[in-house]
Formats: sequence, structure tokens, C-alpha cells
Amino acid sequence: MFRTAAAAIMGLALALSPGVVKAAEETPALTIYTYDSFTADWGPGPAVKKAFEKECGCTVKMIGLQDGVSILNRLKLEGSRTRADIVLGLDTNLIVEARATGLLAPHGLELKDLNLPVEWKDDTFVPYDWAHFAVVYDSERLQTPPKSLKELVDGPADVKIVLQDPRTSTPGLGFLLWMKAVYGDGAEEAWKRLKRRVLTVTPGWSAAYGLFTKGEAPMVLSYVTSPAYHMIEEKTERYRAAVFAEGHYLQIEVAAAVKASKNPQLARKFLAFMLTPGFQDNIPTKNWMFPAGRTSKPLPEAFGKLVRPAKTLLFPPEEVARNRKAWIAEWRRAMSNR
Amino acid sequence: MNGSAGISAAALAAAMALAAMLGLVAAPLAGLLLAIPGSGAAADVIGDPYVWHVARFTVWQAFLSTLLSALFAIPVARALARRAIFPGRALLVRLLSLPLALPQLVAVLGILSVWGSNGWLARAATAAGSGWRPDVYGLIGILLAHVFFNMPLMVRLISAALERVPGEYWRLSAQLGMPPRTIWRLVEWPAIRGVLPGAAALVFMLCATSYTVVLVLGGGPGASTLEVAIYEALRFEFDPPRAVILAMLQLAITATVFLVLRRLAVPMETGFIPQTPFPRLDGDRAGVRLHDVFWLLTAAAYISTPLAGIVFSGLGADLLRLTTETAVQAALLTSLMLATTTSLFALLMTWALLQPLRGSRGGTTENPLTRTADLAASLVLIVPPVILGAGWFVILMPGGSMEWFAPAVVAVINALMSLPFTWRVLQPAFRDVQQRHGRLCAQLGIRGLARLRLVDWPLMRRPIGLAAALSLALSLGDLGAIALFGSENFRTLPWLLYQRLGSYRTDDAAGLALVLLGLIMILMILAETTGRRKRAP
Repeated sequence: MFRTAAAAIMGLALALSPGVVKAAEETPALTIYTYDSFTADWGPGPAVKKAFEKECGCTVKMIGLQDGVSILNRLKLEGSRTRADIVLGLDTNLIVEARATGLLAPHGLELKDLNLPVEWKDDTFVPYDWAHFAVVYDSERLQTPPKSLKELVDGPADVKIVLQDPRTSTPGLGFLLWMKAVYGDGAEEAWKRLKRRVLTVTPGWSAAYGLFTKGEAPMVLSYVTSPAYHMIEEKTERYRAAVFAEGHYLQIEVAAAVKASKNPQLARKFLAFMLTPGFQDNIPTKNWMFPAGRTSKPLPEAFGKLVRPAKTLLFPPEEVARNRKAWIAEWRRAMSNR
Repeated sequence: MNGSAGISAAALAAAMALAAMLGLVAAPLAGLLLAIPGSGAAADVIGDPYVWHVARFTVWQAFLSTLLSALFAIPVARALARRAIFPGRALLVRLLSLPLALPQLVAVLGILSVWGSNGWLARAATAAGSGWRPDVYGLIGILLAHVFFNMPLMVRLISAALERVPGEYWRLSAQLGMPPRTIWRLVEWPAIRGVLPGAAALVFMLCATSYTVVLVLGGGPGASTLEVAIYEALRFEFDPPRAVILAMLQLAITATVFLVLRRLAVPMETGFIPQTPFPRLDGDRAGVRLHDVFWLLTAAAYISTPLAGIVFSGLGADLLRLTTETAVQAALLTSLMLATTTSLFALLMTWALLQPLRGSRGGTTENPLTRTADLAASLVLIVPPVILGAGWFVILMPGGSMEWFAPAVVAVINALMSLPFTWRVLQPAFRDVQQRHGRLCAQLGIRGLARLRLVDWPLMRRPIGLAAALSLALSLGDLGAIALFGSENFRTLPWLLYQRLGSYRTDDAAGLALVLLGLIMILMILAETTGRRKRAP
């Protein structure tokens, strides 16, 4: 084994040597920090890179981090020395903090043709996709899904749901805000009732969805768009989203240009490109979200079958930033009592 | 004279290794604290009743997990040591190394295939017409998973101790016709007692810092560990000082437990007794046979069923497509290189730290240096890799491109994290060799490389193989250190697995878990057969 180890060290040294790191710096480069599933082979990243490179005469480099929170933290760690020109993949609940870093630049674009369920006025963040959160259920195991958040909260204790932890996951925080938007001051009491039905609270979306598809619980917190994945990729309508009468909480994903960027023009050009079909065409079936801009073709048929919430719930980002700690403490109290 | 020169060189090696270790841990902590001011609310940590609630739960679940793992592991290790030959023994021993190497979420999903509300037990109950459903979410699930991870580790550490018992002891006990109870009291227990506290401390530490298991199986925030609080502080709150203080609290608790346990450790002093192998003859009684069969079967079933769950889910994936994907092949190669580098570095570091144990006249010795080395090597695991990663990130960032140093940093962090394991395996073996052969070596002036080649390597092949296997496994399954350094050219297998799981590709993730399992198995076999090969004449 020592010989393999020696080979590995040599391999590492090779991988680290300058020859391997691309030296093509003549054409301007655009570095984008995003989340990992965006850059994956099946994600929108590769196609977006190709489409933009065709237009810009530049090279696009995407760095995939764990999730939106990691993108923001990486930016904070690097400060003004960051090599990112664009951060892509924050959501509305992170933008107050992201703005407060002072590291991001105004986009300077006129955001006219946005296709969002809410009005969008922000001089820094450009939305690129969105979807409502939803309780997704297994129709083979649950014939009568809850029709409202109230029915979910007060329903039978033996029909379980898997939730995510609002302290570590974005959907988890989204659901916490959903509860708050519907129940207001009564949220703590509502959580206590819902607790009976919560199978477990996972650190992130992946674990929750994994438990759900494994059949551990018939319901999971996910997105309105989740069934589209199963319809298109797995040809099954087994997994469906429940429509809630009170409305659904919205997640909007955004991108922004970095102030310290050496290519501010290029960065701005990318943000504008983001709302064109070259980018947006890749969103529905690669990021499994609704596009926030024009696409060249209508959405795939499966998207037409998705439920459409009658009402959209969304707190102003400032309010979330102000109350997040207190609301999480409230959640923790309600959920920890045995 | 030779002796004293040897000592100072040994002390120097250990001191340097210690300094390097402390530097590797302290520098990122300092860097992080200096670079990011945090919210200033860090001081509240100590006064926060929630933190204490979490700390209490952390200790409680870790205590129970350790206790159960030990109670399960001791009879299994006894049975394993008593029966040198039975069909499937080699396979069982290999299985014992696997759980530790699995990324926590993969193991949890495997455990749920068996124990979950839609698992095999539940389905068997339904098929039998019973309305009973297992409900594992809560403390019980946490314990199930922790025992799954740690009982095998303890079995390996304890059976290694039993295997070190000189053959002379077994010969004598057979000649005297000792009943099993007497053998237990006079031979087995003294041998186990030497390693049990150390093993227990290691398991306690692993359980105290558990994160994914506790969150997923704990059922809600009522079951949170300090590690969860540290992640929370570092991620959403981005308050490094708070995270560091929480980590210090965690360190203080674990260090206390460790020091208490260390006082209980009484190493078995075997002195000059020659290590002539002698077969165990005490396994023939019917009661003993029944005991051994029962415990070995139970352990095998307990470990292999979740693994089988992982294999079954994995077989449902399109393995041919997966293994031919360039992303997967690249990740495979990265994981392999990372794991071998990590393992080698951990072994060298452990070896250096062990040197001062050699006393001036050939026996073993205890002094402040050996005690510090023991403490440092045992406790380093408690510093969360995310904190180390973030700290190194801050320090190295001005140096330039992340792609350059990310692999090195991750390898170093993984090596530090596997030190407690390699230490736990090598330290008792090293003491043993030194006690038996140290004086002779000193008299004959066998030192340095000659000693390594003629004495240490032949006698310590097996523990070295085991230590290498453990650190390989640990590094292969790791995700903590790499999370922050993600970049397009540096992806490991667990990283890829989480990526698939994070975008609905559950089947792919299951397939990758199977690939990872296979890879670990192969590496284990390689590492341990190196250790087991008979010495060439």
C-alpha cells in the first residue's frame, strides 16, 4: 500500500502543478459562484456556459458550492479579494445579508419582462427562477392529501411528513416562514400541533426527499415543481403536490454581480443574458424551477399539470432578516417539548 | 550513550509532530477569529440555557451510545478471538471495517432499509398480519445508528488487544483447565481493560460530534448536538467566534470524559513473555460455543443487513452508465488519491508521536511528552472539520488559487481527523513491542531504519494494516472538510453522491453508494493483506 500512496502523492503533486491549471487568460474570463447541482452535467450550468460563451467571446468558469448559504459564506470569507464576478443561487431570504456585505454591485438593468408571481424591484439582485414550496405526497399511499395548511397541522398523527431544519436548510426556513405567514402569532401553537405529524427534521432537502422516496413517510416538504421531475424523467405521476387554500410560500432564486469584479461589463452582460432564452430555456427541465424570463418554447407539458397556488405568500426580505432568530427560537421551543 | 541519543531524536520527532499538529489546528482557529469579527454575541454562549440543554443531550446520547457499543462489542470480540477459524470469519472481519467508512447519510438510509417505517422489519410485520411498526425516530434511532458505526470499531480494537495476549497465557490456561469464567477474569478482562477506556473515549467522541445521524434520526430539534449548534453558527449565522466557543465547550466536555477514562486504563504488562502462538482450546464447551455462535451471528446480522440494504438500492441504479461517466471516474480517482495521501500522512504522524514512549533503557516510559501526545492525538477529532476548513481557507486565500491547495488542505484535515483512530490502534501495539523487544534492541544497538525493518515492521504489520485501513476508510467517506473547498476540478465520491441526492437523482446516489462500498472493501483488503502476509524467510 505504500507504493500506491507514493503514486498518489505524485498524482496529487501533478494535479497541483501549474501546467494543469488552465493558462488561457487571453480571453476575458467570467467566474461564477453557484451551487453544485447547477453545475452538474445534467444541470443548467454546462448549457448556459456554452450559450453565453458563444455571445461574449469570453470563457465562463463555474465554481459549484454546496448551496446558496455556502455561496454567501464563501463570499464573506473572501471579502473584496474574491475571484467571483457573479454569485448565482442566493434566494430572497439571503439577500439582506448578502447586500449588507457591501461586496455586491448594482445591476443597472431595466428588469421589464420578468415572469414572476410577485413584483420585483431591486437594484442589486436579478431573479432567474422561482417556485412555490409545497407538500409533495405519494398518491399511492395517501388518497386524501391535506387541502390547506390547517388540515396539515391538525390532521391525523399517524400520517407523517418529513421536514427540513430551518437552521440549516433553505426549504426548512421557507416552511417556517410559510407557517408564520399563515398563523402569525399563533405559529408556536400550530407547530406544537404539527409536531405530532412530523416524522423527522432533516438537515437538508436531500435527506428529506431521500426518506420520502424510500417510503418512510407519505409527505415531504418540497416544491410545486417536484412532480415535474418524476413525470418527465421517471414517467410517473405517483408523486404530486398538494394545493393549500391559504396560499404557498414562494422561493425566488437570484444572482448578482460582485463589486470587485475585474470585468464589470461582462458581469452585467451576463445578468442581462440570464433573462434571455439562452439561459432560461435550461431552467425548467434542468433546474426544475419556473423560469423568471422569456423562454424560446412554451414550457413542457408536465409543467402544465403542476398545481398553481391561488395565492402567493412572501415576507419582505428585511422582515425575515429582522425576525429570523426569534422565529427559529420559537420553532425550536415548540418542536423540542416532549 | 546510544540510548540517550535515541531518546532525544525520538523526543524531537514527537515534539515536531505535536507542534505541527497543534499548529495545524490552532492556526485556522486564530485565522478565523481574526478575519471575521462575528456578531459579538459569542459571549452569550455560556449563559444560553439552550446551549446547555444541547450539551446535556450531546453527552447523554454519546454516553448511551458508547455504553451500548461496548456491551455489544465485548462478547463479539471475545467470540472472534476465541475462534480463529470458522467459515466467513475473514468476511466478517472485513464487514467490521465498513460502517465507519460510510458517509453518515448513506449509512442512515441503509439502517432505515431495515429498521425504518417502510423497512424490512415493517414489511415482514405487515406480511405476518401484525399491525406493529418500528418507530426509530428519536433517541432509539440515534442509538441504533451509533451502535452500527461504533460497535464494529470497538470489536476491532478489543480483538486486537486479545490477539496481542501472549500464546503462553493460553497454553497455561489450557494446561490448568481453567473454566471460561476464570480465563475471563485472569486473561481476557485484563487485556480488554487496557484498551477499553481508550476505545470508549474514541467512540464517545465520535458520537458526541455526530451530526447527520442525530438530525435525521433524532426526530426534531429536541435531539440536537453541539455539532448542530456549531454548524448553525457557522452557516446561517456566520458567526465564527460563536462557532469556535461552542467547539471549545465541546472540547472541554470530551476532554473531561477522556481524562476520566484514561485513569481507568491499566495497560496489560506482558514484559518478556515470548509471543509464541498457541491455539485457543477454551472454545469447545457447549455453553461457550453457544455464546460465540449467538454473538457472532447477531453482530453479523446487525451490520450486514443495513449494508445489504445499501447494496440492494445500489443494484437498482444504472451502474454501467454511472461507472463510465467521466465525472464519476474523476471523482473515484480523486477519492483514491486523497485517501491514500491521508492515510500515509496519518501513519507517519502517529509514528512520530509514538516515539517518546520508548524509555531510555529499552522499556516504555511515561512523561509529560507522552501524555501530551496521547491527549492531542486522541482529542483532535473533536475540532469540527468545517471550522478547520474555514480557518485554513481564510489563511491560505491570499496565497492565490483555491484549486492549488484545496486537495492538500483536505488531505491534512482528514489525516488529523483519523489520528485518533490510528493512535488507538498503533499505540497499544507499539507499547507491546517496546516492552518485549525494546531492551534487547537497546542492548544490541538496533536502532533507526534497521530496527524498523527487523523488529517493528514485522511485528506491527497487522496493526499498521488496520490503522491504514481505518484512515483510508474514514477519508473516503468524509464530506466535512471538502464542503467548503468545492471547485470544478476537485470532487470526491461522497461529494458527487450528495450532489445527485440533491437533485432528485436518488438512484444514482444509491449506485454511487454501492461503488463507494466496493471501493472501500477493495482498499481494506489491500491494506490488511499487506499487514497479514507472512514474513518472507
